[in-house]
Amino acid sequence: MSRRNFHVVGKDVRKVDGRELVTGAPAFADDFPQPNMLYGKILGSPHPHARIRSIDTSGAEALEGVHSVLTYENVPRARGPVGRRADLFNRVPYTRAGQDYPEPSPWDFFLLDNKMRFVGDRVAAVAAETVEIAKKACALIEVDYEILTPVLSPEDAFAEGAPIVHDEPDVQKAEDPKRNLCASVDVYLRDVEAGFREADTVVEGSYSVPRQQHAQMELHIAISYFDEDDRLTVICATQVPFHVRRQLSQSLGLPVSRIRVIKPRVGGGFGGKQEMVIEDICAALTVATHRPVRLELDRYEDLTAARCRHPMKLTCKTGVKKDGSLTAIEMIALVDAGAYGSHSPTVPTNTGNKNLPRYRCRNMHYRFDAAYTNLTVSGAMRGYGTPQGSFALECHMDETAEAIGMDPVDFRLSCTVVEGDTDELSPYIYEVKSEAPGDETKPEDVAWPITSCGLHDCIQKGAEEIDWARKRKEFDKYNVSNPVVRKGIGMCCLSQGSGVAGIDTANATVRLNEDGSAILFIGAADIGTGGDTVIGQMVAETLGITLDEVTVYSSDTDVVPFDSGAYASSTTYVSGNAALKAAIEVRDDLLTIAAGLMGEEAGNLRLEDRQIISSRSSKKIPLRDAAMHSIYKNKDQIEHTASHVSPVSPPPFAAQYAEIEVDTETGEVRVVEFVTAVDAGTIINPQLARGQVDGAVSMGLGYALTEELMHDENGVPMNRGLVDYKIFKAVGMPKMKTIFVETYEATGPFGVKAIAEIPTNGAPPAIGNALKHALGVRMRDLPFTPERVLRAIGKMK
Amino acid sequence: MILHLKLNGKPREFDVAPGERLSDVLRREQCFSVKVGCSTGDCGTCTVLVGGEPIVSCLMLACQAEGAEVLTVEGLGEPGRLDTLQESFLDEGAVQCGFCTPGMILSAHALLETNPSPTEDEAREALSGNLCRCTGYENPVRAILEAGRRMAGEES
Ligand code: FES
Ligand code: FES
Repeated sequence: MSRRNFHVVGKDVRKVDGRELVTGAPAFADDFPQPNMLYGKILGSPHPHARIRSIDTSGAEALEGVHSVLTYENVPRARGPVGRRADLFNRVPYTRAGQDYPEPSPWDFFLLDNKMRFVGDRVAAVAAETVEIAKKACALIEVDYEILTPVLSPEDAFAEGAPIVHDEPDVQKAEDPKRNLCASVDVYLRDVEAGFREADTVVEGSYSVPRQQHAQMELHIAISYFDEDDRLTVICATQVPFHVRRQLSQSLGLPVSRIRVIKPRVGGGFGGKQEMVIEDICAALTVATHRPVRLELDRYEDLTAARCRHPMKLTCKTGVKKDGSLTAIEMIALVDAGAYGSHSPTVPTNTGNKNLPRYRCRNMHYRFDAAYTNLTVSGAMRGYGTPQGSFALECHMDETAEAIGMDPVDFRLSCTVVEGDTDELSPYIYEVKSEAPGDETKPEDVAWPITSCGLHDCIQKGAEEIDWARKRKEFDKYNVSNPVVRKGIGMCCLSQGSGVAGIDTANATVRLNEDGSAILFIGAADIGTGGDTVIGQMVAETLGITLDEVTVYSSDTDVVPFDSGAYASSTTYVSGNAALKAAIEVRDDLLTIAAGLMGEEAGNLRLEDRQIISSRSSKKIPLRDAAMHSIYKNKDQIEHTASHVSPVSPPPFAAQYAEIEVDTETGEVRVVEFVTAVDAGTIINPQLARGQVDGAVSMGLGYALTEELMHDENGVPMNRGLVDYKIFKAVGMPKMKTIFVETYEATGPFGVKAIAEIPTNGAPPAIGNALKHALGVRMRDLPFTPERVLRAIGKMK
Repeated sequence: MILHLKLNGKPREFDVAPGERLSDVLRREQCFSVKVGCSTGDCGTCTVLVGGEPIVSCLMLACQAEGAEVLTVEGLGEPGRLDTLQESFLDEGAVQCGFCTPGMILSAHALLETNPSPTEDEAREALSGNLCRCTGYENPVRAILEAGRRMAGEES
């Protein structure tokens, strides 16, 4: 399919779920309370590392209104197909990371355990008549802990004689738990040492990134109950309903056939809900009580005991020639996985392979080591490992440019990829991971061609928009005469992926009604991004109808076909492709019927504006006639289901620019203007796409300047809630500008690539580079708080 | 105890417990537009208008609202017809996940009542109590300004 004039695709249409959201109609999990519902509460561990010697729940159980108190001693495992009977002992290792089976994440978690691995880890779970009673019951549980020395950093974790976070014998798939090694990768493309020898200059730098947290507005929430047929139903705020269903089956012992997971509207996910944070324990309370149970984390729990972005320490080393060409790049990351290994083999893999391949360089080395610690569990978060690497590499590339006296923009233009180049690293990492010894794959054998790339356009258009060349010089002069408030401008370039190649799977069903309208069933989980709308647009476009005529059902495991879920920027690219394929099959059936009705050949017919039009004779009939014919004459409703899995993950590209002012007396950094130029292929809905960029940028700004989840020296979280975990507000946002550099990605539906994650990645390095411009010092640790700025310029110790 | 409210224009009576928060009572009474993102007064998703003023209903005890006029998003527009702000929020793409949307619309409503043609800064200021993790506030701010223009157009 090539570019042409579209009617629905490429247009700002209203979101299909917009009306229910602006009227406040019941839409989110918490808006569907069940009759006789109990309220759940989790008792979290006060210690980062401890073993329960004994636990006494009698006081809690005696409290009026308490229906169940679960601990590792009595957590039920459903027996028999309906879960009416249960064994009072359940110890099955599993992961809560919402990934395709078999999950790459280690199976290192148990519904309830006697070992506590971070502050907030599950000690017990209570179901009671009210939340207040459940809380009181938690307070009445008496626990005798054997306190263990906590592991509070990756360095601690790998030190000789360190306490072992996962010493249980039944942990599975962790790389080397006895050494606290959760996962690692060490991969070379050719010979970096030779590359460094070839270079005119070798540049090295170290960087660190903190724990960022999703802080989505809707807390983690689940409501579980047995329906009238005794099937377990869970209504939950999730990005991965099908993975939740499978993992519930694994953890609770119920067959998949007895479980239904419903994702209603979700109040933001950003990766935090690519994880079964509470559904398992909520459902266990339902199994134990046979009552509906509602479980919601409070904001403190959501912030400190759910998931966060992996903190990392990174070093980069680059060999560069005077002309700006690169001879070798090396990136090494030390990663804090936290107490459980959710997403820890995959997130840090992306840190390298979603960043390094945008540079043209034959010799590369990427390594990471992810350590188990007794801190908040790291997991999936928008960008999925990429932002950490983008901060390090893009600061580092500015340093490299400086080392050879080149302007950062010119330097990027000299050494980043163009269409026709290849990405060797991403496929090679997976190849090497799965390779048998002696089986020697060469990087060039598995390389992915870069089939669409607007990166250089992004760099240039962004530079024009922010007036790079002029401001870069002007601010230099300005800063000499204005020592207090300095100005700076910085940039970076970025890449990401579109879905997980060879893994993310999507299915879609398109059913045609007799009036020519359609019902679309997709497994894809719209978590507020507009996925339902964008995919609906593709179907409407294909069938020549309006979006109003497409009814979208998504994410009820009883109703829609399988989908891996909403992550890795996969919805538009992967799930969109499945829907497009199904819609094309429906269209072809319609055209065959119309051909008979019109006495034409199907190949000459097209669908447009609810008509079937012959391009040969310009005869037309209403689409409705063919649809009516299929149902009432042929007695055969047109319906098709199609699957899609992509063998590649074409990278979207972007350049981001930040103009800042920094007050050298207070250390305050103000972002004046922020420009994003992004190549995400074809843009299906510009307004929604711009919204994705705006939101991603605000999250990146927080990562750069204000957001950090911290633990004290005893491993106890220091942030209490949104009062001291600071995300950006409406006041304080910079002037924002987004430019779409449209390319056409042939493997994507209508030429699309992904958009949702890439704009998250650039604020930290762009601002870091602007700070260097303004202050003359390189700041290497996020976030750039006033205190850190003052320390960097020597005004504070 | 019995709480008397004028809720969305209609006199209502609710049986409430002494410590109950207004947000909990409103949700229990089917005002699902009132969201609870923190319970500590920090996120603004529970914003409602009490006597025309935006307040965070998670910090207000239900009994403190005795006799007050309370407006939630359920009270905007008419059946089958959206209010101007609701329309402009849809048109400007100001809704992503929509969890913050009711609170934002009410803050904006209070602003436009007293200041029908606000500047961009004033619109941002009006949203200062409403956190949003999805939109970066760009489209909501646009939507407020657009609603102001439309209301002015309707009046002239
Ligand atoms: S729930 Fe009231 S301010 Fe967050
Ligand atoms: S739209 Fe999701 S929090 Fe604002």
